[in-house]
Amino acid sequence: MASITLDRIDKRYPNGYVAARGLSLPIADGELLVLVGPSGSGKSTVLRMIAGLERPTSGTIVIGERDVTHLPPQERDIAMVFQSYALYPHMTVRENMAFGLRLRKQPDETVARRVAEVAEALGLGPLLERKPAQLSGGQRQRVALGRAIVREPKAFLFDEPLSNLDAQLRVETRAELARLHRRLSATMVYVTHDQVEAMTLGTRVAVLKDGMLQQVAPPMELYRRPQNQFVASFIGSPSMNFVRGTIERDNGRARFVADGFTLAVMDSLATRAGPVVLGVRPHDIALDGAHEGGPRGVVSLVEPLGSEQIVYVTTPGGHDLVAMVTSDFAPRVDEPVALRIAPSAVHFFDPQSGARILAAGATY
Amino acid sequence: MKGRVAAGVGLVLLVLFAAFPFYWAVVASFTPEATLFREPSLWPRELLLDHYRALFTERDFWTPIKNSLIVAATTTIFCVTIGAFAAYALARIEFPWKRTILGFILAVTMFPQISIVSPLYMLLRALRLINTYPGLVLPYVTFAMPLAVWLLVGFFRQLPPDLEEAAMVDGASRWQSFTRVILPLTGPGLATTAILTFIYCWNEFLFALSFTLGPERYTVPVAIALFRGQYQVPWGQVLAATVVATAPVAIVVLAFQRRVVQGLTAGAVKG
Repeated sequence: MASITLDRIDKRYPNGYVAARGLSLPIADGELLVLVGPSGSGKSTVLRMIAGLERPTSGTIVIGERDVTHLPPQERDIAMVFQSYALYPHMTVRENMAFGLRLRKQPDETVARRVAEVAEALGLGPLLERKPAQLSGGQRQRVALGRAIVREPKAFLFDEPLSNLDAQLRVETRAELARLHRRLSATMVYVTHDQVEAMTLGTRVAVLKDGMLQQVAPPMELYRRPQNQFVASFIGSPSMNFVRGTIERDNGRARFVADGFTLAVMDSLATRAGPVVLGVRPHDIALDGAHEGGPRGVVSLVEPLGSEQIVYVTTPGGHDLVAMVTSDFAPRVDEPVALRIAPSAVHFFDPQSGARILAAGATY
Repeated sequence: MKGRVAAGVGLVLLVLFAAFPFYWAVVASFTPEATLFREPSLWPRELLLDHYRALFTERDFWTPIKNSLIVAATTTIFCVTIGAFAAYALARIEFPWKRTILGFILAVTMFPQISIVSPLYMLLRALRLINTYPGLVLPYVTFAMPLAVWLLVGFFRQLPPDLEEAAMVDGASRWQSFTRVILPLTGPGLATTAILTFIYCWNEFLFALSFTLGPERYTVPVAIALFRGQYQVPWGQVLAATVVATAPVAIVVLAFQRRVVQGLTAGAVKG
């Protein structure tokens, strides 16, 4: 196993599309780093550059101690699991798994033993003589995984490996991948557009947008302290609510004021008086019938999920907020409700740059 | 229902229209020369094998068959191997002027053959290749290669690039990923290309007529065309020879019908 270092990677295509801008990202030995971002954010390109399937326009890539920037994929000793699985259709499962080892001229006994071991571990034993066309989607996924593991590579790369599975299988496979990572303690880079996958799997998560790294942090840190408005909106479901307004100072106290929405906030923010964007996660909004002095609104839609419900509230100023509340409280559509938001649970972002505004004493 | 009947009738008429000449050739090849002109019949009245016998005894029809086989097979082998490499590069590897090159390859097929017969003749004579097998294979390769390349580019493009990338990440060189992953998967495409190239060479007439001098190098179409004497055409033998020359091709095409059609439409949907 090995660490991977991306150093000031730029990737520009002849057609002007920029997949990476000044991307620097050290990935520790044994870490599972998730690259997450919306489509077109350049995350797959970054993965393909690590694999050697694309060349960066500038910058260096180091795997272990070796500068591999200009090495072709076959000399990098990494394994990749493709979104399409890319199993060789004319080979049996056994041949698929053995392909990499055979190319490396491993002795037959070693190949047979490794394939048998990995097949056993992944429950592929009974399928070894089948062709990929005779396998279900989940089985193909396992074979792709097996083909990667057999090789004992320096690092594993995953390109949206779960996106072709149905919902239930995806959850199962996700848990299995997490276990696999723990068992192999292997360096893994995992690309996904699904923030739930990113949160559940990642040792650290790197959020990408337009080829630029927005934030790299462990999942909970990303959730609690998003460095900018994009990360805040991308991580967490339902998405964070944003309200544009201003922080006003009033006798050393601070409050957030928007059209028809006033909220007492941490006093330490008094120094940042001026226009801001307030962010609050749906889980951090509580609703009740009567509440003194806080923001109010009218319920416009209720979506019950079972243990929780998603409540859409429209404030008098026309702001639509989403609250995630337990099912004990049963608001009805068109009913007025009070919104309770703890001052320590709100985030503030610069309205121009989107950067996080730090507030001393916040609990997040 | 009415529509289906109409379509069925139309289909039958079309098949009759297309197959009739060949049917007539088969019938006539079994009919004595004298009967053929005095009282021709749509149905074979007797099964006379004289024409066929004459083909292989009076005339040496084995030699043109052998010549055609050698020339067509050699051309096919060249076209499919070289064409496969060229097509792979054009389908997969990024390099400048790719589209132009592809267009240029297609343009080569657009010269009317007759317009280049004379220059080719002079060229081949200078190379002392007139009346030799290479003297036919070389011009055939230039004409059949673009067809082969275009067909194969279509087949290679149909393969997902992921497969090669997976092979290369697995440690395969480009050559290994080509021979171990791409070629086995394009087997049907290679077969189709080979069949079409072979048929093209088997039927080619103008070059074969121009670049051969004597019966020892005539190909089947040339030999048949030169059956005619000064005062008469031995129609019976001509038609028997046509049947002999066409039957193998027809059988191969029917056997591989689906693949051939697939080859002709390859790349039509996915560009």
